[in-house]
Amino acid sequence: MQIGDGLSTRPLARKRARRLEETVLPSLLLLMALVSVFTTIAVVVTLLTEALSFLRQVSLWQFLGDTRWSPTFSDQHFGIWPLIGGTMLVTVIAGMFAIPLGLAAAIFLSEYAPGRLRRVLKPLLEVLAGVPTVVYGYFALTFVTPYVIRSLPGPFAEANIFNALSAGLVVGVMIIPMVASLSEDAMVAVPRSLREGAYALGATRFEVVTKVVVPAALSGIVASFILAISRAIGETMIVALAAGATPKLTANPLESIQTMTAYIVQISLGETPVGSLEYQTIFAVAMVLFLMTLAMNVLGHYLVRRFREVY
Amino acid sequence: MVATTRDALVGTGAAARRRRIRKITGRIAVVVFAVATLVGVVVLFALLLQVAIRGLPHLTWDFITGYPSRFASKAGLLPAIAGTMWVIGFTGLISFPLAIGTAIYLEEYAPKTRLTALIQMNIANLAGVPSIVYGMLGLMLFVRWMALGQSVLAAALTMTLLILPISIIASREAIRAVPRSLVEAGYALGATKWQTVRQVVVPLAFPGILTGTILSMSRAIGETAPLIIIGGLTYVPFLPGVDGLAHAPLDPFTVLPIQIFNWASRPQAGFQDLAATGIVVLLVVLLAMNATAVFLRDRRQRRALD
Repeated sequence: MQIGDGLSTRPLARKRARRLEETVLPSLLLLMALVSVFTTIAVVVTLLTEALSFLRQVSLWQFLGDTRWSPTFSDQHFGIWPLIGGTMLVTVIAGMFAIPLGLAAAIFLSEYAPGRLRRVLKPLLEVLAGVPTVVYGYFALTFVTPYVIRSLPGPFAEANIFNALSAGLVVGVMIIPMVASLSEDAMVAVPRSLREGAYALGATRFEVVTKVVVPAALSGIVASFILAISRAIGETMIVALAAGATPKLTANPLESIQTMTAYIVQISLGETPVGSLEYQTIFAVAMVLFLMTLAMNVLGHYLVRRFREVY
Repeated sequence: MVATTRDALVGTGAAARRRRIRKITGRIAVVVFAVATLVGVVVLFALLLQVAIRGLPHLTWDFITGYPSRFASKAGLLPAIAGTMWVIGFTGLISFPLAIGTAIYLEEYAPKTRLTALIQMNIANLAGVPSIVYGMLGLMLFVRWMALGQSVLAAALTMTLLILPISIIASREAIRAVPRSLVEAGYALGATKWQTVRQVVVPLAFPGILTGTILSMSRAIGETAPLIIIGGLTYVPFLPGVDGLAHAPLDPFTVLPIQIFNWASRPQAGFQDLAATGIVVLLVVLLAMNATAVFLRDRRQRRALD
């Protein structure tokens, strides 16, 4: 077997080629790796410059203090809170739906399900994660709102065609696999000795799960919640199709609202002239969005690293 | 001490009653957990069923080869399909070497310095950035600053940045899966680092890397928001390359998800049905890609292990 590329037969030329490979190539590869660092820097610089330009015209006080958002109307208001409120309403609904179900699915798959069942269910849940969000948005608008929400009695029947509840539920379904798979990773990492000690003391399987495994895996489980919520906050297409385009501060999930992401899409699709103040609002909103998800992701990853080190 | 479970449950003492409650709680819990797991699966099937019922009737050859129109009965999907192929094709071409290069660097060459740790943490963070933010980055960097306009190339570069973190992570896993013994055998025989990487590590990790790339591209196919921000148009009555193939990368474009979004946003029931048909096409494409990825991985894994 011959090692080397046999490009030339003269040993000196071979040595020179190899020295080039060993010096130039690692630097080239490092440059490629730095593309990712460059990406982060570019994101921060881009959002920051445009957002600062926006804030020079609209004071931070207005941005954070006003409770109305209407940059494209003649009576302009630049308070960010209706958009944050819309995002949080959808996210809270999604979380309330996905966190219990995702954790329960993780417990079932890791502690109860027999091998065959697990091999079928786990990929099915992965498929849920792979469905494009525009498909979910279509489902929310054309199925969940008319047939699930509006077919319920009382105030539900009068729900707006665009509402936060429908979008929230579907965003929840989308993030269930994330909660389930990250929580499962955390629970699987708990040593068998802890489980078997509990069984030896006479605990039922349910007690082992709730009193030993889940507490031991708690930081990883909480990390899964945080990362999934962060994903829900950044979600665009489901809310753009199903939640509406009316920014307002409300706790009523049956009303139409607008999230930060849906607003950015709306302006991008519209006729707002590039470079105008109204157009720059999307960068200010994107900055807020970026900071929120960044904070949650950093926290979530920190918790994941922590649970990995403990064992 | 109790001798059998039956003895444990039988009896009227407080202890026996407690044991019964614990046992029943456990049984109820299993049912609750199982049902919870099935909720997601049931929703998935409901979604697929609804899309199929509304969309399949309109899945005609005319639809696939037609152009968009104001009339739902005449509208077609061809520019969206062509646009998707162009954008994803370029995305794959650009992101594949970048992902492998970065993964090789991080796994084989990187010293344990703070710079390396920073790069790794950075990649993990980038994977969590909302895709719409990538769209805005692409808008300022590729469409404006590099003056590429609202083109296929700008879209491909943006999507590359979007899927790079997950491609890198998948490639790293593939490289890590190569048995260390084989790598060290290469060194033992006198090979330099690059020779070992090129002739041992990369060929063995290749199936995993390929699978990871195909899966990240299938994620890219479904992305809508960043491409809307880049300027993927919602009404495109032509295909990229209409002015000559060499000009195609700089042509305006649309992609499948944007076309679906456009149709779904319209109130007319006819367009909503067409959106469902578009979704069927999109899901078929995704299914084909994922099945290819899994097939390639399984086949080469069996070969590599021989």
